Order: sequence, then C-alpha cells, then structure tokens
Amino acid sequence: MKKVVCIGESILSPLGATPAENFAAVCRGESALRRYEGMFGVKEPFVASLMDRERWTAPGRTFFDSIVIEAARRAVEAAGIDPASPRTAFVLSTIKGNVEYIETQDVTLACSARRLAEAFGNPNPAVVVSNACISGLAALLQGRRILLGGGFDHVVVVGAEVQSRFIVTGFQSLKALSEAPCKPFDARRDGLNLGEAAAAVVLGFGDEGWELADGAVRNDANHISGPSRTGEGSYKALRHVLRNCSPDALAFVNVHGTSTLYNDEMESIAIDRAGLLDVPVNALKGVFGHTMGAAGVLESILSMHAVDAGVVLPTRGFSEPGVSRPVKVSATMGKTTKQAFVKLLSGFGGVNGALLFRKGGAGC
Amino acid sequence: MLTIRSFASIPGGTDLTALYRARVGDYPKFFKMDTACKLGFLLAEQLADAPRFEPREDRAVLMFSTCGSLCNDRHYEESVRDFPSPSLFVYTLPNIITGEIAIRNKYAGETSAYVLERFTPETFVALVEQAFQDGDTGSALCGWVDCRADDDFTAFAFLVERGGTGMEFNVENVYGTVSQ
Repeated sequence: MKKVVCIGESILSPLGATPAENFAAVCRGESALRRYEGMFGVKEPFVASLMDRERWTAPGRTFFDSIVIEAARRAVEAAGIDPASPRTAFVLSTIKGNVEYIETQDVTLACSARRLAEAFGNPNPAVVVSNACISGLAALLQGRRILLGGGFDHVVVVGAEVQSRFIVTGFQSLKALSEAPCKPFDARRDGLNLGEAAAAVVLGFGDEGWELADGAVRNDANHISGPSRTGEGSYKALRHVLRNCSPDALAFVNVHGTSTLYNDEMESIAIDRAGLLDVPVNALKGVFGHTMGAAGVLESILSMHAVDAGVVLPTRGFSEPGVSRPVKVSATMGKTTKQAFVKLLSGFGGVNGALLFRKGGAGC
Repeated sequence: MLTIRSFASIPGGTDLTALYRARVGDYPKFFKMDTACKLGFLLAEQLADAPRFEPREDRAVLMFSTCGSLCNDRHYEESVRDFPSPSLFVYTLPNIITGEIAIRNKYAGETSAYVLERFTPETFVALVEQAFQDGDTGSALCGWVDCRADDDFTAFAFLVERGGTGMEFNVENVYGTVSQ
C-alpha cells in the first residue's frame, strides 16, 4: 500500500505564525493563556488563549475564514503543490466556525468550506469534518482515506477555531472552565481553557518524512456529554491503531488532556488498558488551551516537530499526578530516540480517536 | 462490494412526537433531543436490525448535512440573552446525532459527522466507502439529516453493509432510492 505522508504544515496561534515559532515557544515553556474580563460581552471573566484579530482578519472576510485560508495558504506554499488542481482536495475541521455571526450571516460550516476552496480556485466540493473535539484528528484521518480511495494526489487538511460569546458561555454553563491556567492530569485540575488557532497539513503520497500510518474513531456508546468510566472508545481506538505496533516503538502519546476531572481520568484508564503505562504521555492544553477544531492538527504538527528534535514536550500546568492509573506524564522536557507517536482525542457525543504517526521505518 | 440492506426516510413536516409514540414509546431521552437528533434517532429505529441493543464495534454511524446543528444553535443563542442553557449547548454539535444513535443501539464503532454544501450522491457514496477502509467496520448506518428549522427538514438514511444481497451501494442506486 502506498504511504500517506505529511508534505507541508502551518500553524497560526497566539504564540507564533509558523510551526517552528510555535515549537520554539512551547520548548521555552510559554503560553498565551490569560484572564479576560468583559471579552465578547461575556459577564464572567475567563482564561483563554486568543489570537490578535486585527492582525489576522483579511479585508472582506471574517476572522475565522481569514485564518482558515491563511493557514491553508502557508501549508500549500510549504508543500509546493497546486491547490487549484482537480486532483487536490480540501478538508476543513471546525466545530463552530463563524457562529459568532449567527444572528446576521449565513454561518453554516459548508459556507466556510466553499470559501476555502474558492480562495484557491479549487473545483472540488470541500468537506467539513465536524466531530466535536476530535474533529482535527478525524479530518486528518479523512484526508488519508481520500488519498487511499483514489483520484487525488494531495489533500489540504485545515483545522481552525475562534472563540465567541456562544462558545464561552456554553462551556461556562457546563461548569467546564477553569478560572486559572489549566492543569492537565494534575491532582488540582479543575477544568479547561478555550483557545484559538488555525493549523494545516498537506497530505500526499511518498516514502520520506512523517507517515500518517493509521487512525481510528470509536464511540463509547455511553453518554453524549460525559466520557466512559472505562475509557471504552478511547481504548478501542488505541487498540486498533496499535494492533501492528509495539508500545516500545512509541516516543510518546500526545493525549487530549483537557484538564477536566473526567476526561483526564478516562484517558488514563484507556492508556492503562492499552498497555501504554511505560510510554511517556504529554498534553499541550496548558500551552494553547483547548483549540477545539484546530487541536488535532495543531497538536499533531507539534508532536512531529518534537520527535524530529528528539524531545518529549513537557505538559505545562502539570505538577502532581492526579489520575487513578500510574501514567507516565512528562512534567518536564524529555529526550527520545524513537520515531513514532500516537495522537489521542475525545469529545462530546461519546466520540474518541487515535492516530499513529511514524517516520523512517519505525518499528511499528 | 457494499450493498444497501435497507432505507428509511421521514418526510418534511412529519409530527416527530407522534411518530415516536407510534414506533418507539419507551425511550424518554427522546424528549431531551433537538430536532436533528430526533430525526436521526427515528431513522435509526427504522433501520436497526436484530439482535438489538447488544454492544457491537463493527457498525459505524455516519451522518451528513448542510446545516449541521444550526437549528439548535439558534435556540441556544436565544437562551444566552437570559441564561445560557447547558442542555441546549450540548446539542450545538453536528455529531451529537451520531452519539445519540450509538448510545441507543450500543454501536461502539466509528461515529462521524460531515457538513457538505449540498447533498450529492457522488460525495456521499465516496465518503461512506472511504469509512470502510477501517477493517473493523462491517456495516454503516449513514444518512442525510438536514434540519433547517424545527419544521423544515430533509431526513433519510441507509443501512449499508459489506457483501450482503441487496442492491449495490453506488451513486446510481443512491440517487434512484433518494429521488423516489
């Protein structure tokens, strides 16, 4: 079978405008999480990682559409592909898109996808993958499937999310937000922070570089807004992508790690059940917050950069273990010589996903 | 080869509560759902095959639309003016419909939600076929549930399986079935 590989990436976040800038900021221990009061007209203060809207909003476009198109443009340029080719497809990952304009504009996600394809003169119908918090991971998997399904040479996968009164008040109503920077897997974790970012990966066929080797999506079939107590779907997704891979080959598992009580506990159970207690685990939500539709793409790109640099990134916000299983959370920067990693996410609707990335004939 | 085992549709304007009482009746969670989820749930009730309610990982649930959760998003946005409603917010996700079907039927396989500019059998068939690249997926409950408003919707779904004896799941047969 032909290998699906990553041939160009981009990241726009409060910490930088390229993957290298973002990676360097993570290595320096930075974060753009800060406290906002009165932002978006939300009464209660909240902590979030927000982008500079003035800088990134293009004339005649919304902020959301602007960062989607700009992230795609940078990844396309890095990959050196023809985005207008009928053999190039676009996949957009987002959860709420332009929802902040719900009262005045057509905010269907399909509209943003059309504008993305049109910005590059691409003739194909752009597909939106909107699978709650695993959307970015599911969109990368969809990109792989489109290529293996035939008829395309390249797929541009863009994940993006911007914040708004709609989203912030929703998470506040669920009492899911922390009033401080979040603490993934920590004993004192008390909720998540929201974040804004756009990230893109161009997938194509090749023999070199990072291979998107496998992926799986599984449902807990348990509850629409609470994770399974047995980590059912997350475990099943992990088991599927690791069926031909030894845990010894993995540099780390980059988890969802939202810092809610239930998510992190659930993930620790899934990791234990999948036999991964000896594999380092890290989470990036303490750096970028929960960037929702961007998270799967953003966190995968930074994980690739980490392995390229021979490091396991630290879990910013973590200090004292606070889950029931003895998972090996990386509190500080670690070293690795391994050449593969797993990206893990879970979301509302009981959905869970895992992706396996590897390079250079890694032993899995 | 993929084949169509069964097909179900709910005409626009159908009284969903009456349909629920006539066909189901014993699942009170139905009344908490938004309209899109009610439509998906009722389609799944018509397509679900025996034995029911036994956990299975080989069945995927794949749902497509143009509007996503927009109809319920408007209800949530209205609630924000007074008091943001957590029970409405939970339904502001296009994939909750797949979760409701998975929970009811104990389908622990893949669940995915897609938003497309319009229904085209070509894109629908291609995306469903691609989902079967997952070797554990043996069948899929896949449908188009587009809820523009609580009383304005398009809703149909197929039960598609590997092998099987039904007609082939392809663009021509999907187009023919949907346009009947």
